Amino acid sequence: MSEYQLEVEGVCKRFGGVVANDRITLSVPQGRIIGLIGPNGSGKTTLFNSIVGYHPIDKGSIRFEGREISDMRVPEIARLGVLRTFQQTRIYGKMTCVQNMQISMPHTNEGLRTMFSKYPPEVVDKAESLLEFLGLYAKRHLMAGDLSFGQQKLLEFAMALMNEPRLLLLDEPTAGINPTLINGLIERLKRSNADLGITLFVIEHNIRAIMNLAEHIYCLAHGQLLTSGPPDQIQNDQQVIDAYLGAK
Amino acid sequence: MKTKGRNFVLYGSILLISLVAPLVLPAYGTQLAFLWVMVVFALTWDIVGGQMGYNSFGNVVFFGIGMYVTAVIQRNMHYDIEEYVHVAGRVDTLASGEYLAGLFLGMGVGAVVAVVIAVILGFCILGMGMRGQYFGICTLGLGVAAGELANGWEYIGAGSGLVTPVFPEGLGVRGAFFYYIFFILAIILYMTLKWLYSGRFGLAVNAIRDDEDKAEAMGIHTTRYKIVAWCISAFFLSLVGGGAGHLIGFIDPTEVAFAGATFGVWMILMAILGGKGTLWGPVIGAVIFHITQELFWTYLFGWQRVALGALIVGIVVFFPQGIMGWVRERWPERFGHRVEEKGVFSVSEGGGA
Repeated sequence: MSEYQLEVEGVCKRFGGVVANDRITLSVPQGRIIGLIGPNGSGKTTLFNSIVGYHPIDKGSIRFEGREISDMRVPEIARLGVLRTFQQTRIYGKMTCVQNMQISMPHTNEGLRTMFSKYPPEVVDKAESLLEFLGLYAKRHLMAGDLSFGQQKLLEFAMALMNEPRLLLLDEPTAGINPTLINGLIERLKRSNADLGITLFVIEHNIRAIMNLAEHIYCLAHGQLLTSGPPDQIQNDQQVIDAYLGAK
Repeated sequence: MKTKGRNFVLYGSILLISLVAPLVLPAYGTQLAFLWVMVVFALTWDIVGGQMGYNSFGNVVFFGIGMYVTAVIQRNMHYDIEEYVHVAGRVDTLASGEYLAGLFLGMGVGAVVAVVIAVILGFCILGMGMRGQYFGICTLGLGVAAGELANGWEYIGAGSGLVTPVFPEGLGVRGAFFYYIFFILAIILYMTLKWLYSGRFGLAVNAIRDDEDKAEAMGIHTTRYKIVAWCISAFFLSLVGGGAGHLIGFIDPTEVAFAGATFGVWMILMAILGGKGTLWGPVIGAVIFHITQELFWTYLFGWQRVALGALIVGIVVFFPQGIMGWVRERWPERFGHRVEEKGVFSVSEGGGA
């Protein structure tokens, strides 16, 4: 097994004439928190979509724990333990929070028989304790669609944790969240990494949040990998500043 | 405990009324039997159309399959096919035992055939990832194609239809006999769905309804759940079709068996009227729809189709959520959707987001 959990090598993806990802190579080591930044339209979400199999890639290879996943389908990749959250939060709106959590149990090794089974009480316990972890316990019997945007975002994160992923791709976890809550959320992200051993790969526009969270940051611009390095180095990198502020 | 007692009384009285209904109203035997057919229609449609959010216009295919398979098996068991087709209705009547054997074997085989076809169609349509309107139009085509196929197939009577064997006198009144068959079938279906919806299956199909991309991204076996849901629907529709063919006594390929414009549309309307995606909604919708329809036939004869059309428009415009959907929106607490502060856990942080 390779020392990196996720290895992206020379990935290209174009939509018509737009080159969204151009020969991107990066790697995410097991058990760490890695950031991905870049101006709007720089190809961050496209890269996430490529990793989780949402669309086929044109060139390159994506390996998870040494296994090629670029030709697998979305649910198969998810069952390997690579999970993503969405920029536009996605939850099951017409189901209660607890139901949202129950159905997010891992689906690996699920046979025809388990399809029809009931959930054991431990599942509800686990769902409730995770909802409590994110401060949603009191609202657990409400329809998820009736929650505020920020709460839905927290719920989506809770659902991801319920799935016990090995690698979690978070697409702008703090966007749209009340600023006073962001610190709490960052704290919980760190705790899920430290306590549950989940590798985090995070797209984030909130520079302060990502500097505080990630140990290593990749920066994309115009579909290409611009640079990478530890947060303090990235923060002062002239190329990164130029990319964001549009110098030259 | 109180709700349990109330439920017991409710279920008990429904059961009791249902059991004695054909005895009290013997003149309405066939209409009452069809009431349960309607309930099965609405409940089976709702599995895929309501709970899973895949609007199918072709479920009537499985109804027709059940009808034809049952009739053909019964015919082949007891008659010479050539003779039966050409002198329809003038052949010997069957003994009760023969009739029952043919009927039940036919229904069983019909259900298996329907499930096999549902699996094949499921892999072709659902397995390819067809969704939304595309799925709807595709299933609409299925219904039409099935009708045309039956229309041209000599072996099953082609366009002149298939007459089912005469109902033997030894089995009592035809309407009442089928009433109880459909009643039992509807109860079994209801219990099966109640059990399925309360577990993993129910949540999985609901998740597919709410956001299929998310469901896939979370690793749910979406294709598998979709095909299984479609199969359960096909199974029960085929069983009820097998009985319904014998109740009507004459199987016309496009007017009775693959009647997309009537049964095919009604099953959708009944589920929507009662509230799709709920367990009781389709049942209530079917009862209201069937009674209204019968009243139209009785009191608005000549205008019954117009009245039915107006009713359909009214349902879609004024009850887009259906009766149960409206009730749930009005009194969400009744359905357990409430904020529950237990005090032990801190809720301050999540509350203000």
